[in-house]
Amino acid sequence: MFSRTSKATAIRVTGLGLVAAAAVLTACGSPRQAAPAAAPAAATTAPATAPAGPALAITDPWVKTAEKGMSAAFGTLVNNTGSDIVVVSGTTPLSPEVELHEVVESDGKMVMRPKKGGFVIPAHGSHELKPGGDHIMLMNIVEQVRPGAEVRFTLTLKDGGTFSFTALGKDFAGAKEDYQPGSGMHMGGGNG
Amino acid sequence: MAERRRPAGQGAESPAWLTRRGLLSGGALAAAATVTGGAPAGAAATSSPPGAAATGSPPGAAATGGPAGAGPASGGTSGPAGGAVEPFHGPHQAGVATPPQAHAVFVAFDLRKGVDREALARMMRLLTDDARRLTQGRPALADTEPELAALPARLSVTFGFGPRFFDAAGVAEHRPGSVAALPAFAIDRLQPRWSGGDLLVQICSDDPLTVTHTLRMIVKDARAFGRVRWTQRGFRRAAHSQPGGMTQRNVMGQLDGTVNPVPGTADFDRAVWIADGPLRGGTTLVLRRIRAELETWDAADTVAKEFTVGRRLSDGAPLTGRYERDAPDLDRLTPAGFPVISEFAHIRRAHVADPALRILRRVYNYDEGVAADGTADAGLLFASYQADVARQFVPIQRRLAEADLLNEWTTPIGSAVFAVPPGCGPDGWIGQTLLA
Repeated sequence: MFSRTSKATAIRVTGLGLVAAAAVLTACGSPRQAAPAAAPAAATTAPATAPAGPALAITDPWVKTAEKGMSAAFGTLVNNTGSDIVVVSGTTPLSPEVELHEVVESDGKMVMRPKKGGFVIPAHGSHELKPGGDHIMLMNIVEQVRPGAEVRFTLTLKDGGTFSFTALGKDFAGAKEDYQPGSGMHMGGGNG
Repeated sequence: MAERRRPAGQGAESPAWLTRRGLLSGGALAAAATVTGGAPAGAAATSSPPGAAATGSPPGAAATGGPAGAGPASGGTSGPAGGAVEPFHGPHQAGVATPPQAHAVFVAFDLRKGVDREALARMMRLLTDDARRLTQGRPALADTEPELAALPARLSVTFGFGPRFFDAAGVAEHRPGSVAALPAFAIDRLQPRWSGGDLLVQICSDDPLTVTHTLRMIVKDARAFGRVRWTQRGFRRAAHSQPGGMTQRNVMGQLDGTVNPVPGTADFDRAVWIADGPLRGGTTLVLRRIRAELETWDAADTVAKEFTVGRRLSDGAPLTGRYERDAPDLDRLTPAGFPVISEFAHIRRAHVADPALRILRRVYNYDEGVAADGTADAGLLFASYQADVARQFVPIQRRLAEADLLNEWTTPIGSAVFAVPPGCGPDGWIGQTLLA
């Protein structure tokens, strides 16, 4: 696993667009308050012992717009350490229930279901979350996901650390896989 | 393409190739030109495909002033230029001082009821994100055809706000007074389907497929906030057809845009950019759709056509001069005592002595097909940028409407006016100075 020596706080502004996702990763201990999305990296308080790059980062995070029911978040998780990182759960203010999903074939059709063991981001590798593949599932949103909204997510890692980012609400026609364990719930097309 | 034209064994540095091909090529220059002629500040332009750098060509193509007055300009290029990139970030939006790309679409939206300042900010963050990525050759977020983003070909995406945008945002006090419907002119035959609009997006690229993909992504993100009011597509000479910086010809055969402010000059800055307020660094756009009456134009002979405009058709020189860029001598008389350039000639009526009061014409031709009887539906998307519509555009248009021989063959059928807000930095978004 990545450094546990000093509660190393890795902070990264992705700079890949307007969702300057300031991602905070704490190796252990309680989750830290994440930097505001728009804050420049210099404004944060990374200890001098922080690694040169962030341990875990996400590029191009976005979340499908929806009026009610389910939605999903996507992006590419990037592991800059020499050890695998495992994401085991996630939270967002937008949905009391969040699952980490995969999409598999079942009886000739593609269905989504909770992914056993979570998402593994290989050492010095990346893991893409995309429509039709692994994704972060919002099971029952409590308020509308509007286009252009900035939605906060926090992922919990296997070692107890957390990782936060902001995803941009995007209208998207796809990502309508059936949900296997449920009772035929279906993602509706969102609109704003 | 260019590699095939180039004599074997001769590199880009070859003097022989330079002199023979210099004026016909741009190569990597096409990308480099975007720095000098295009939007100031921000990231340097780069040219991503390996071929573009390898075929780098002599700077000869940069010699002439561009249609938008640019020094080095788009146009000639000796290799695949699909990877050429225009900077997105800077004090001004790209797509104004940028040497005009070969293809354009202008799309206008009517905002939906209830779209307020908060929603407009969300919309502009989304659209800025799309533009920031696509112009740099990267797919938009949730791009369903990411492959189509790979060749920006100098793509620029420029946003404009119509009069009602300011009301919806609750910032009516920041609307420039002349960002409103133009005064009515007697020559106008305006159609609602080509007029007005709350949000404008101008998409320009040297590659028409790139324009189509960008339009698709923009529309998918904008339609939650507005309905498409109109789209207008236009084109210029293909990017590789002639040396960069040559004046554009319109569908009537005239050289169009000889007298234009030159980007990078103080005159350009004063004529085009708004100097203060939340729109500082922005400009205004008047988009007029001007139908060319080609059936009757065909009936006029060359002498009549040149008398109408005041310039020769062959080379664009004023009737009193030898070369295109010679200043017209408006006082010269014929032996019979009549002005050589008629009192009602287009260039006399459009003449503006003070460079700060000129307009930047960044025009595109349109050609929307042929009727069963063979009548053309063609003309000009007259895109005019200026710091102040009332001080610069309206007086010229008034003089033309009062008496311009060319009115016989041209009919304004669409009209729309927008404020073009300033550009933004890497952490900002277009419209932030009004909506944040």
